[in-house]
Amino acid sequence: MATSSEPALIHARGLTKRFGAFTAVDAVDFDVAPGESFGFLGPNGAGKTSTVRMIGCVSPVTEGVLTVLGLDPAADSSRIKSRIGVVPQQDTLDMELTVRENLVIYGRYFDLSRREAGRRADELLEFVQLGERAKSQVEPLSGGMKRRLTIARSLINEPSLLLLDEPTTGLDPQARHLLWDRLYRLKQRGVTLVLTTHFMDEAEQLCDRLVVMDKAKIVAVGSPRELIEQYSTREVLELRFPADAAPTDGSIFDGVASRVEQLPDRVLLYADDGEAAAVVLHERGVRPETSLVRRSSLEDVFLRLTGRSLIE
Amino acid sequence: MTSLSTIAPAYQPGTRAARLIERNVMVYRRTWIMLVSGFFEPVFYLLAIGFGIGGLVGPILLPSGEHVSYAVFVAPGLLASSAMNGAIYDSTFNIFFKLRYAKTYDAMLSTPMAVTDVAVGEIAWALIRGTMYAVGFLVAMAFLGLIKSPLIVFAIPGAMLIGFAFAAVGMAATTWVRRWTDFDWIFVVTLPLFLFSATFYPITVYPEPLRTFVSLTPLTQGVELLRSLALGTVGPDILVHIAYLLVMGLVGLVVVDRRLARLLLK
Ligand SMILES: Nc1ncnc2c1ncn2[C@@H]1O[C@H](COP(=O)(O)OP(=O)(O)O)[C@@H](O)[C@H]1O
Ligand SMILES: [Mg+2]
Repeated sequence: MATSSEPALIHARGLTKRFGAFTAVDAVDFDVAPGESFGFLGPNGAGKTSTVRMIGCVSPVTEGVLTVLGLDPAADSSRIKSRIGVVPQQDTLDMELTVRENLVIYGRYFDLSRREAGRRADELLEFVQLGERAKSQVEPLSGGMKRRLTIARSLINEPSLLLLDEPTTGLDPQARHLLWDRLYRLKQRGVTLVLTTHFMDEAEQLCDRLVVMDKAKIVAVGSPRELIEQYSTREVLELRFPADAAPTDGSIFDGVASRVEQLPDRVLLYADDGEAAAVVLHERGVRPETSLVRRSSLEDVFLRLTGRSLIE
Repeated sequence: MTSLSTIAPAYQPGTRAARLIERNVMVYRRTWIMLVSGFFEPVFYLLAIGFGIGGLVGPILLPSGEHVSYAVFVAPGLLASSAMNGAIYDSTFNIFFKLRYAKTYDAMLSTPMAVTDVAVGEIAWALIRGTMYAVGFLVAMAFLGLIKSPLIVFAIPGAMLIGFAFAAVGMAATTWVRRWTDFDWIFVVTLPLFLFSATFYPITVYPEPLRTFVSLTPLTQGVELLRSLALGTVGPDILVHIAYLLVMGLVGLVVVDRRLARLLLK
């Protein structure tokens, strides 16, 4: 996606992060183009946070090449940081200040005048629907509100690049949808989003392109659709069996699906026509407790690539 | 992309330290009572020890052969030790909380602020508070009629120097603190400094070699500095005291800078 006319906003080659002898990010390559929404999808411990922290200039690169906005984080961290917004995995809101003060002082860290910081703070509080809580302390806010405040804070410098580390982890579905909606609006305004997540629905909703990360390595790159097309079938037939009635002999599924995954609680049959596969199995005398045909998701891609589920 | 260098000017670490002070002022606007306690503590000591105990002690003989009241003698010692205590207080508990729990500095480092801004800003903040207390203490001394030499106005920068030295070293020590109980170690050091640094009596009460040892401890350097200014007995050794405290503060600052980078930029 990064073409020569549009240089990459983030460029990584052989990017490596080690903590002592432990390798958290192992020689990964990726490019993020201006305006795109780019995701790192992977389970806990995959190395997503370590990668994003290097991009955010708060973690030195151990090895490899990394440029952000065309600059080197080792030499130009303050310049890079002045142009990006960061939503860290754990909220780092200032508990000793009010909601609005959190935004104003953050603006001051970016050298905004007090007036400008105040103006943007009010505008952003409206954007994340926290206008009424401006004078409130931060502590009593709900998890979703704190997250929204953190997002507002990350926008105070009008960044062209926004880094979001697990923006919705720990939030209830309603809070997540509100957050997704705000992120979608930012994307429409042309802000480049880089986000990490271990939710495949979040990745599907928000990312134009993503990399699948597992055990410090990138195992696949593409748009959600490309990844599903490349690594999965159109549909999946999910069968659940009563505890003692699961078929012991897997050969009963032979020829019905292009791939079969026997999970502890269910069997996944990958086929372009799930309904047809179900019919064939019924003829063979297979009697599951429940049978469901659904479209393939990134979860299936991950299972295929790593042999494990995204969320254990 | 090439225009980016024109958007964000080149940046000198340390220059945004003022932003951190601004943040602390925002916080203290609401908790100003803490500032009041910092002023009263040494004044209460002065009343209790300078006048209370001082009434029992009688005048003190200075090396110059002159006699001064005990309150006049002990006041600069109390100013020096409160500069130490205030600096230690500001640079230990508060910093530990922000560093390990509140993640205040992690948030700052995601902005153009750098580690050096945090180190310089926090130490400067401790200094600003210490200066306010020192001024308040001198005003109290004036009201109590304890001013002996006009040189005492230099006790304000002197107290700042003591504050700088202890704030920097205290903050450096705090970067190694892992749990709240570790702070007991800091008091294992500062309490004897407070009690035995010739704060309450002339250093001449110690026999050699104890006297030399005590004279080499940091608060004794500070006490001697302020006392010579307060009593107008300034000699060349004042330069030694100044250099000692200055080096102590600068070493502390360098250590803080390195340690914060290690802890925050992992
Ligand atoms: N500061 C650190 N010191 C040592 N190991 C770390 C540190 N930070 C992360 N790790 C390890 O690196 C691996 C990747 O962590 P992380 O980047 O946080 O993964 P993710 O964000 O994908 O969950 C994990 O095994 C984690 O324990
Ligand atoms: Mg993470």
